[in-house]
Amino acid sequence: MKRTARIAAVGIIATLALTACGDREDDGDDNEGGTASDSPSVTEESSPTEAAEQYPDFKACMVSDSGGFDDKSFNQTSHDGLESAAETYGVQTAEAESTDPSQFEDNIQSLVDEGCNQITTVGFLLGDATLAAAKKSKNVDFAIVDFAYEKAPANLKGLTFNTAEPSFLAGYLAAAKSESGVVGTFGGLNIPTVTIFMTGFLQGVEHYNEENGADVQVLGWDGTDGSFTESFEDKTVGQSLAEEFINQGADVIFPVAGPAGLGGLQAAQDAGVWGIWVDTDGCVSAAEYCDSLLTSVVKGMDVAVDQAILDSASGGFSNELYSGTLENGGVSLAPYGPQADIDEELSAKIEELKAAIISGEISVG
Amino acid sequence: MAAMSPTPDAVVPETEEEPKGRDLRSWLPTVRDTALAIVLALLVGAFLIAISDDDVIEALDGLFSNPGSFFVYAGDVIRHSFGAVWDAYTALVRGAVGSGSALERTLERSAPLICAGLGVALAFRAGLFNIGATGQMLVGALACGYVGFTYDLPPGIHLVVAVAAGMAAAAIWGGIVGVLKAQTGAHEVITTIMLNQIGRFTVLYFLAKESFQRPGSDNLLSPPPAENATYPTIAGLHLGIPLALLAALGVWWLLERSRLGFEMRAVGANPEASRTAGMSVAKVYIATMAIAGLLSGLAITMTLLGLQQSVTDQVVGSVGFDAITVALLGRATPLGTVLAGLLFGALSAGGLGMQTSAGVPPELIQVVQALIVLFVAAPALVRGLARVRRRRNGDKPERAEQAAAEAKGATA
Repeated sequence: MKRTARIAAVGIIATLALTACGDREDDGDDNEGGTASDSPSVTEESSPTEAAEQYPDFKACMVSDSGGFDDKSFNQTSHDGLESAAETYGVQTAEAESTDPSQFEDNIQSLVDEGCNQITTVGFLLGDATLAAAKKSKNVDFAIVDFAYEKAPANLKGLTFNTAEPSFLAGYLAAAKSESGVVGTFGGLNIPTVTIFMTGFLQGVEHYNEENGADVQVLGWDGTDGSFTESFEDKTVGQSLAEEFINQGADVIFPVAGPAGLGGLQAAQDAGVWGIWVDTDGCVSAAEYCDSLLTSVVKGMDVAVDQAILDSASGGFSNELYSGTLENGGVSLAPYGPQADIDEELSAKIEELKAAIISGEISVG
Repeated sequence: MAAMSPTPDAVVPETEEEPKGRDLRSWLPTVRDTALAIVLALLVGAFLIAISDDDVIEALDGLFSNPGSFFVYAGDVIRHSFGAVWDAYTALVRGAVGSGSALERTLERSAPLICAGLGVALAFRAGLFNIGATGQMLVGALACGYVGFTYDLPPGIHLVVAVAAGMAAAAIWGGIVGVLKAQTGAHEVITTIMLNQIGRFTVLYFLAKESFQRPGSDNLLSPPPAENATYPTIAGLHLGIPLALLAALGVWWLLERSRLGFEMRAVGANPEASRTAGMSVAKVYIATMAIAGLLSGLAITMTLLGLQQSVTDQVVGSVGFDAITVALLGRATPLGTVLAGLLFGALSAGGLGMQTSAGVPPELIQVVQALIVLFVAAPALVRGLARVRRRRNGDKPERAEQAAAEAKGATA
């Protein structure tokens, strides 16, 4: 036993010594260069003509809320925007995940200390911390997903999304596809960023009823109160809510509960009814349910974040509130599911409604 | 696998030697095992950092696809591995203690961990596994936050009232567990976990009320605490931090010098015997859990009134559960809990540095924290791995000493 320990110790010391030498030889090109500045130069060389303008000296950063960047929901989508910006514009990146709200301020500050030029924070919980940081670090541009300030400082931009608009289209589509005349929706929490989807959906169904003299019912949301999973993580709650709706005759399910909503899609798939996904195109992010999907209401946080980074990098930053709409493509309806079988008349009608919303003829929300 | 869920029984016996605090030698095995556990955890962490590093993966790829130039790629693998680990761990140290603001951050994050950890440690000593720090902190946050942002009281008084409200609410929440245990025998692990959920939904319920929301906003977010209700700051550090140390001193006094503390330890050692000896086990359970709640309540005031956070359903974060780890690592003693709290605070602050400047995912720090506890809970494994077990005859006197100390403790 002692001998093995001794051999191991000698081995470790030997490796340490050897690698220490190795490190020193390469110091010149390895340590100084770092990974961050390596990748931009590669992209620059490989795509010199077509690619967007490169900003290798610009550092774009991001702070998540307590969901973390792998939440398969808004943190992740926003993070996709950061990654696409890194790829397209060759900016450097850094990020900080939060595990509880008391870390928000620290996380933002430590990114400022890392020399970030632009920092995106994700979610309304970061509203205070971001505002404080923006006031403190005036030379850094800030953007915050899902939050609007009454009076934003010059270096802080809110990124909001009028998801009621595409949800309206989804509601109309659901009502048109429903054979039972009952559709269901549920949310994660009764908070504005969730219920805005449900309200749009409800209005879309009501619009269908008015136009066609139908009486399609919406379960789970009446405009002020409804069914909520009270958690964005627990799939089983989403599944049992959806099963309840299906038992009451619903044949289209619209879950607005992040990952917990996947349970709703599972229930829809099991029962052979339709589902409509939110935030991202479900046929990409939850491909196993693609065949059960009519469509998805896409909240283009990645697009907005990417744009905010480009604006900052190219000097075009403004503190004006960004609002994603059908018109600017910040929100949209994903391509119909492969099994959805939407006839031409209906798809033309949806396009018509979309145009009407953009022109302001129909007001949603 | 059993080591993964250490019960109080597995940990508390180690503290039996603790009353002999003056005898430094009796502490040595504990200190040694803890240090080894930390080193081992960091080694495993280093391995994880290395194998998740892009350059290392690339080099490994080359190694397997070009066995011909084995040594070139093997050298690369080792060089990049050490580079990645070096970058990460230097960033960890810098982030934890490398500057004034880093130290500040470490202490700020330690304070709630220490307080909540003390609550868990105290319960351990009475033989109770208190998993309810999260729920106690949530309910405390509700009360403390409400007083903090609703009323307008003079400086000083407002702070005291807000802290007291938070501690009282959390103490009641903890006390419920004690009552349930004393009256019905309901196991505290079950009731604390359930009360964590109930606490969360209680917070959500109130946050949906207008009186708990910011004017003109529907978000589940309370207003921030009033200026008068926040802890005063001295040299960048809020007053809650020394308060946490005072709390540790208080718990030490309670456990080692007070009659109630003696009863707690007696009940923790053997409730039946304590009952036979004429102690009220029910009283001890209720008092222990209420005081544990009191400490959790103090912990959440660190977050709300020290870091000036608003109440949300996530305001507790992982502190409630990390407190259990802190108490386990601290061997359920006040001093140990303070040290473990400082270590976890440093790891948390350093983890941020690791993430922002070395790009290491924050989960790694959680893995390291979990490994530390795993290795602490399995001292035999650690000793075996590190081969520090003394020779048999060298081991015997220590054991005899321990037995003697235990016998003394029992007769005292």
